[in-house]
Amino acid sequence: MVRGKIAAHALALVATVLLGGLLSATLVRLAPGFEADVQELDPHLNAASVTALREARRQDHNILQFYLSYMNRAAHGDLGTSLALGQPVRTLLLDRAPLTLRLLATGLALAWVLSLTLALSAAWLRLSIYDTLTTVVSGTFLCIPAAVLALLSVLWNVPGSSAIALIVFPHTYRYARNLLVKAYSQPHVITARAKGLAEPRILFWHVVPVVAPQLLAVAGVSVSMAVGAAIPVEALCGLAGIGQLAWQAALARDLPLLVNITILVTLVTLLANSGADVIGHMVRGQES
Amino acid sequence: MNSWQKLACAVLALVLGASLAANLLAPGGYAKQYREATNAPPSHAHWLGTDDVGRDRFARVLYGTRISLLLAPAAALLSTLMAALIGGLAGYLGGTWARMAMAVTDLFLSLPWLFLLITARALMPLNVSPQVSALVTFMLLGFLGWTAAARVLCTTAGSLRSSDFVRQARAAGLPGQRLFWVHVMPNLRPVLYAQFWISIPVFILSEANLGILGLGVAEPMPSWGSLLKELEGLVSVGEEPWKFVPLILLVVVVTSFQLLLSRQEGVAA
Amino acid sequence: MTRHEKRVGEMASAWGKAIAVTVICLVSLLKPAAAQGGGELRFCLRTEPKTFDPLKVEDDASAAVRYLTGGVLVRVNRQTQELEPELAQSWKTSKDGRQITFRLRSGILFSDGTNFSASDVAYTMQLLMDPALHSPTGDAFRSGAGNVETKVISPTQISITFSAPVAGLDRLFDQVAILSERSPKKEMAVLGPFMVADYKPGASLLLNRNPNYWKTDEQGRKLPYLDSIRLDIQPNRDVEMLRFKRGELDLINSLDSEYFDKLSATSPQQVHDAGPSLDSEQLWFNEVAKSPIPGYKKNWFRSANFRQAISEAINREDLSRIVFHGHAQPALGPFSPANKFWFNSKLRPQAYSPDAALKALQAEGFRMKNGALKDKDGNEVVFSIITNAGSKIRERMAVLIQDDLQKIGVHVNVVTLDFPSLIERMTQSYDYEAILLGLTNVDLDPNGEMNVWLSSSENHQWNPQQKAPETSWEAEIDRLMRAQASSSDAKKRKEAFDRVQEIAVEQEPFIFLINKNALSAVSKTVHGAAPVILWPQAFWNAERLTVATK
Repeated sequence: MVRGKIAAHALALVATVLLGGLLSATLVRLAPGFEADVQELDPHLNAASVTALREARRQDHNILQFYLSYMNRAAHGDLGTSLALGQPVRTLLLDRAPLTLRLLATGLALAWVLSLTLALSAAWLRLSIYDTLTTVVSGTFLCIPAAVLALLSVLWNVPGSSAIALIVFPHTYRYARNLLVKAYSQPHVITARAKGLAEPRILFWHVVPVVAPQLLAVAGVSVSMAVGAAIPVEALCGLAGIGQLAWQAALARDLPLLVNITILVTLVTLLANSGADVIGHMVRGQES
Repeated sequence: MNSWQKLACAVLALVLGASLAANLLAPGGYAKQYREATNAPPSHAHWLGTDDVGRDRFARVLYGTRISLLLAPAAALLSTLMAALIGGLAGYLGGTWARMAMAVTDLFLSLPWLFLLITARALMPLNVSPQVSALVTFMLLGFLGWTAAARVLCTTAGSLRSSDFVRQARAAGLPGQRLFWVHVMPNLRPVLYAQFWISIPVFILSEANLGILGLGVAEPMPSWGSLLKELEGLVSVGEEPWKFVPLILLVVVVTSFQLLLSRQEGVAA
Repeated sequence: MTRHEKRVGEMASAWGKAIAVTVICLVSLLKPAAAQGGGELRFCLRTEPKTFDPLKVEDDASAAVRYLTGGVLVRVNRQTQELEPELAQSWKTSKDGRQITFRLRSGILFSDGTNFSASDVAYTMQLLMDPALHSPTGDAFRSGAGNVETKVISPTQISITFSAPVAGLDRLFDQVAILSERSPKKEMAVLGPFMVADYKPGASLLLNRNPNYWKTDEQGRKLPYLDSIRLDIQPNRDVEMLRFKRGELDLINSLDSEYFDKLSATSPQQVHDAGPSLDSEQLWFNEVAKSPIPGYKKNWFRSANFRQAISEAINREDLSRIVFHGHAQPALGPFSPANKFWFNSKLRPQAYSPDAALKALQAEGFRMKNGALKDKDGNEVVFSIITNAGSKIRERMAVLIQDDLQKIGVHVNVVTLDFPSLIERMTQSYDYEAILLGLTNVDLDPNGEMNVWLSSSENHQWNPQQKAPETSWEAEIDRLMRAQASSSDAKKRKEAFDRVQEIAVEQEPFIFLINKNALSAVSKTVHGAAPVILWPQAFWNAERLTVATK
């Protein structure tokens, strides 16, 4: 029974990932500029070369055909070759994945430590001035363009992960704060407080079980926020990660690379979110 | 309403009022180029100095407020409503519905929407008025920005569904629709307010970034996003602190929105 | 954490370097000792080099690597613009312009120790002229159908024969880095002053000095002086500037004028303005007959009087002063005055006069009503200018032009597009009205622009691929361009191209706006720098630069 459920989930996951790849291929293929190459503007190229350039692009004309042959090759471990960089996509991704993973992990950890600390203290203190202050601080970071935060990290020579943390933290903070404040204002928590129960006990017995599933959902979503933030941060901080690669690929309409990156991102998003769901279910299950 | 909220109201009214009175406060207009005074520091004639091509920054901030302060909250509202409907309903209905809705949400979170926006630009004529372009851009942002909140809402609604009081209400024979609106939706508020508040500055900034795709507010019309982009020439900003004014203004406005919302949350008393 | 790991990574590469240095030292023990100690030069490439194969180079970054690592037969001296011998001691072009014979230096080794001889040149030329290669370098030699013939006369002598005359043939060899026929390291065996030692995709590229480089200076010291060059891949100009200010970079090529002024305020000895470069910024209208724009707009755009009036209404002095902070000159025509030989010195700057522009338009039947210009059928004169996004310079130029044209009642919509979308509109769908773009000019010789001026060509941007020239002046340009290409008489060629420049200025298919100055920043620690206007401005003499170690 359980095994069947897991299998069904895994199947749904694979189907979603593959659909994501197909949809992204369609989006890239249909967007204007796919058959255009900056190279065409080189006045040295003669007509035959320009035609050859365009022909090379048109090979992937039929999206479905492209995608089927891609999946066929992917099943044999060949992820295709990047159009813009001329290297196998597999090597490109493998070379750059560790850096991005480290960046995301550190950035997310920092963001969550920061936002949980602030959110919990806001809920505990219940001081309107403190609440306003944290709102201003998180609001400020929300209003600063991501590129500026990335540039600041270069200027002050701090790791790019702190820029990721500062981009993600206002989002997670606001959700966490609202959820925690709401949880603390529930009747049974107020009663517990009135009874003089110790704060840690209230937190772990009465608050965490209520907000855990939702906070976990926020945590799942924050992974995709961090992935989005990695693009400007890596590009500006000169970090050779997948975010930088994704940006290059988008500008060059590098279909094979983009499809693989989307599939990778979809996979990470799905795993993060369904992981959060599963843990959330477990917490809720324990509670009832 | 506490004193903070009164202040917030006053600030929002002041900013909105000033932007509506832009014609009177900055009679030179946002497009006039004072070509002999480019990149000027603040002076009597130009309170916030001038930009690269000599346009009065004060006027640009005022006129930019009109577009950004009208459209960004509207787009934020759209995305919040979509999140509430998709996430809330999916969580409330539960089961296969929830799983399907969440799969769609996850897909939405990971697709390269950049290309949809590029296509949207291609479908629009080149000679389109800046207002229409801005409107389309903000609506697109609102349409694409619901995903993160929907995921959290689905979980919230899901746990509400299995909570005691909803079970009791259902047992008492409350019809499903009423149950959803009366018991489930109000409990989704913390997430919805967070979504609304976060979306406003995020959309304002995204609008400026979409300028690279030819979407968004077109020259010579200003927007807060394009004013904030000036900060990216970071090497020089330190020497020109007045360039921070749009940022400060945006932070103040966003904070004011939050203070007004927090009344609804019934805590910050 | 990340920083720490980065340091570990650096240490690892330092070990790699130490080993490499040891190997080099061992190799050099076998020869006369040559301690260099010229230090390491660090600067940025703005994009990832697409290839290390010198024959396939198409982008700036790859071209920079080729310039620093490739050995060429002849080199255009970037300062004097004269052609100088390199691997070839002397050369001779036949009268008909089809054949060139090189006499090569002897005793030269590739970086991996393989011998260099005439057969390597033959091998390189055969690869380069392979019709399936489709590279700009190869296409530059291809003026007609048919293959190239190479004849190795002796190990130090080779003649190369083309199927059709190639104008300015000898200069084209400046771009041809010679490959080794026999080296197992293929294109990584080089004849230039530096060689690729380490490449971290997306991050950096390390070039070490080529221990086998043949050249010595006047005192007999081996070149290059530098031990290595570190090229960081960094597309963002702001970051580049920050790092230069912090002393992490030694030079910036094609510096933005805004940063030039900022730097010159604090350390004027670090910035160099070499004067107007060959690069131009231009505006052009869509004149394609089958383009999907309204017919009445096509009529405006295809009228020379309309184009001239628009050109006259644009204040080029302001463009130069405001957008480029004075580090640019109003353009006079297709070629910049910086091109000493080919520039037509009879050309005069376009006067700025909105009144005259309006008068000329009124003579064409345009009427001004309530501040808006209307054509003789009552259509309001509104058009869009598209330009590439992300270029602050072009966005500002567009905004100034928009304002200038408003003064004669013309309403302009400025639209910035990402590059692929822009190119698709420009070369395939022709769905645009006007484009503002810069074309970089690497060649001094007009032959390099053959495909821009021939009406049948793909790169004849305002109206490409014409079956037969649609206007008499385009027919005349076609004739003149072909005439100059088939002649080997420099004077006749110059006469023909002078006329092309005059027609271009009269008809204004391209409205030339600005020639920007070649700006660069070079740190005080770098010695021997003499930035020039020709690419690669600040590091053209990389083999003679030294960096003082801190």
